[in-house]
Amino acid sequence: MGGSDLNQPMLKPVLIKRLRDFFAPVPALAWLAGILCAVLIEYQWGDALAVALYLPKVPPLFGATLVLKQPLLFPWAMLFVCLVYGVPIVLIGRLTAGPANRAAAALGRMPVWVSVLLHLLLLYIALHIWTETSDYRLQVAKLIMIAVMLTLSLNVINGYMGEFSCSHPGFMALGAYMASVFSLLLFKADRVFGAPVLPEAWGPYFFPLALAAGGMAAALGALVVAIPSFRTRGDYLAIISLAFMFIVKSAIENIDAIGGPRGLGGQPHWSTLPAVFAGMSLCIWIINNFVRSTLGKALNAVRDNETAAEAMTVNTRRTKMVAFLFGAFWAGVAGGFYAHEVRHVTPGGFGIQNLAEVLAMVYFGGLNSVVGSIVGAVSISFLSEILKPLLLYKWIVIPLILILVMIFRPTGLIAFRDFDPRRIVGPRR
Amino acid sequence: MAFFMQNVINALQWGSFYALIALGYSMVYSILMLFNFTHGDIFMTGAYIGLGVATALLALVAALGWSLPGWLLLVATIIISMFITSLLGVLVERVGYRPLRSAPRASAAITGLMIGIILEYGNLALLGTQRLSFPELIQTTTYSVGSVYFTNKKIFIVVVALLLMVGLHQFIQKSRWGMAMRAMSYDFPIVPLMGVSLNLIAPLTFAIGSALAAAGGILYGMAYPVLDPFMGILLGWKSFVAAILGGRGSILGAALAGFLLGFIEIFTTMVFPSTFRDLIAYSIILLILTFRPYGFFGQAHSTQLRL
Repeated sequence: MGGSDLNQPMLKPVLIKRLRDFFAPVPALAWLAGILCAVLIEYQWGDALAVALYLPKVPPLFGATLVLKQPLLFPWAMLFVCLVYGVPIVLIGRLTAGPANRAAAALGRMPVWVSVLLHLLLLYIALHIWTETSDYRLQVAKLIMIAVMLTLSLNVINGYMGEFSCSHPGFMALGAYMASVFSLLLFKADRVFGAPVLPEAWGPYFFPLALAAGGMAAALGALVVAIPSFRTRGDYLAIISLAFMFIVKSAIENIDAIGGPRGLGGQPHWSTLPAVFAGMSLCIWIINNFVRSTLGKALNAVRDNETAAEAMTVNTRRTKMVAFLFGAFWAGVAGGFYAHEVRHVTPGGFGIQNLAEVLAMVYFGGLNSVVGSIVGAVSISFLSEILKPLLLYKWIVIPLILILVMIFRPTGLIAFRDFDPRRIVGPRR
Repeated sequence: MAFFMQNVINALQWGSFYALIALGYSMVYSILMLFNFTHGDIFMTGAYIGLGVATALLALVAALGWSLPGWLLLVATIIISMFITSLLGVLVERVGYRPLRSAPRASAAITGLMIGIILEYGNLALLGTQRLSFPELIQTTTYSVGSVYFTNKKIFIVVVALLLMVGLHQFIQKSRWGMAMRAMSYDFPIVPLMGVSLNLIAPLTFAIGSALAAAGGILYGMAYPVLDPFMGILLGWKSFVAAILGGRGSILGAALAGFLLGFIEIFTTMVFPSTFRDLIAYSIILLILTFRPYGFFGQAHSTQLRL
């Protein structure tokens, strides 16, 4: 593996070291307090401040889109971002570091889930307030969280098990269509499926079931890729998975009952912010536990040397099977969320383009790393959102960034890193 | 029977494109053990370069007042475009692959994909969204044998593709450069110690692969004159499938598998509705790979990969 020698600390300038020392004692709880303050300030006085700073409205994505459209507003947008986000987060974060550390230490004496849940709750509240101001923000946030799930699930196969699987759009399509059919069949009066079987008000409670159905469908489809993987690896498996992706797309195009090439629309809008947030948190939690379990270590063993793993009593077949089905399941769930968010899915949307995006997210963020996947998914989706005013040139800038990352950090930004929630929620120093 | 023969001719033409592109994948693979995912887009760029060269040649000939036969212009276009596109291939190797030679294989695949996206959108940014049409260099003449019809273009396409393949085979088998390449694919780490520089052989491989892709692009432009910046994606990925199906690093296998893929696709549309083409073609490939996991001519290399 080429990853270890790349992670050595480089010579850091003094200023960065000073800053790091200054912020080192700030625990996650204090940062969350700062973020909460910032979003509250924006919610309360954002509009007034935007008017005062000659901005047309509160910049939805930290002013980046606005600046690209109207470069002259750059100083004002930066000032806005600094005043609303920068100053409160830094100030409150640093000032509350002491009490927050004590609180984190107190929480540390309780079971770890209490502390994690509290952090997640605070994060959710901040996100909720942040997305309250604009629907655009809300959708971007939801799509980013769906991308996180998708990237994580691909990282299980490509990063942890070291296969080059190209079938993820296929799994996602299976999940999206299965979940859509489930919800349309049971809860919506639809042109194809007729009157609803159950009252529509029950719908949201059955949403997890629809997602699970989507995940199951994707996992079932993954058998097609998992079984050949017993005999072959690497490039041949890449082709098999690629063929699977084309087959799924083509099969959906040929089934008229679910819309064929025109796509399937009219799904109920169940992918609300809490639902997606809960789904993403659950996904991160389960996948993180999975890759840190014995089975997860077996994945790494299969990647690094299959024969040696077999000799060390790792059941390689079972390991591969579990990894593929598990990764596919979460891709299917992400697909279900996606279908109920955009509410119109077409087979053309799950093609090569989608594959390139999700591969980019995985390899940008870092292989074999949960944090890396989160960083990769968030940064690539965010970049592609804020660079929209560049139109075509967006697709020249993003690939360039990725090429540079690949050249200077071939395994991705944060690769081969363990993600330990205890360390994140715990006190510093 | 005539219907069948008609489809054989169509399949030969369609398979030529796949085979020409697949050769590039296979050559790069046999030397560097890497897949050049930019290849489909190099094919597209080659077609556009061919369009530019053809237009320039036509303008030049008109300005000089000469009257040259169309086929001469076409051959000149193919040769000049192959040369220019091979420079692009060298550039791709230099920028995207050389810095990543010791990196995980998947990282190089990602840079390849990204360079491909840059080529697509760079093209779109340069030339705008209007569809350009390949100039007609030779007049279409239709011949018929019995009730089977074929045009001179189809014959030209298949013949040029076959000639290029034979030429490549001769180059690899007979020339000293070809010998160096074969040695490199046989034993990657040792050959540089024998005084054959990898930094020479790798760009050469990319150059030859790109030149073949450019020839494929021009032939494609002859058959389907309306060019599109995204036309390389699907064709490229399908040829990638053909390259693997032939057995990795096997030149003969890649060419044969390219034609096979063409035949499968054309003949499924003969029997089934055309929307089933991908479904059936890929199901067949899946079956083949399930029973012959290393392709037609591939050897079961050690399953250990450089990730």
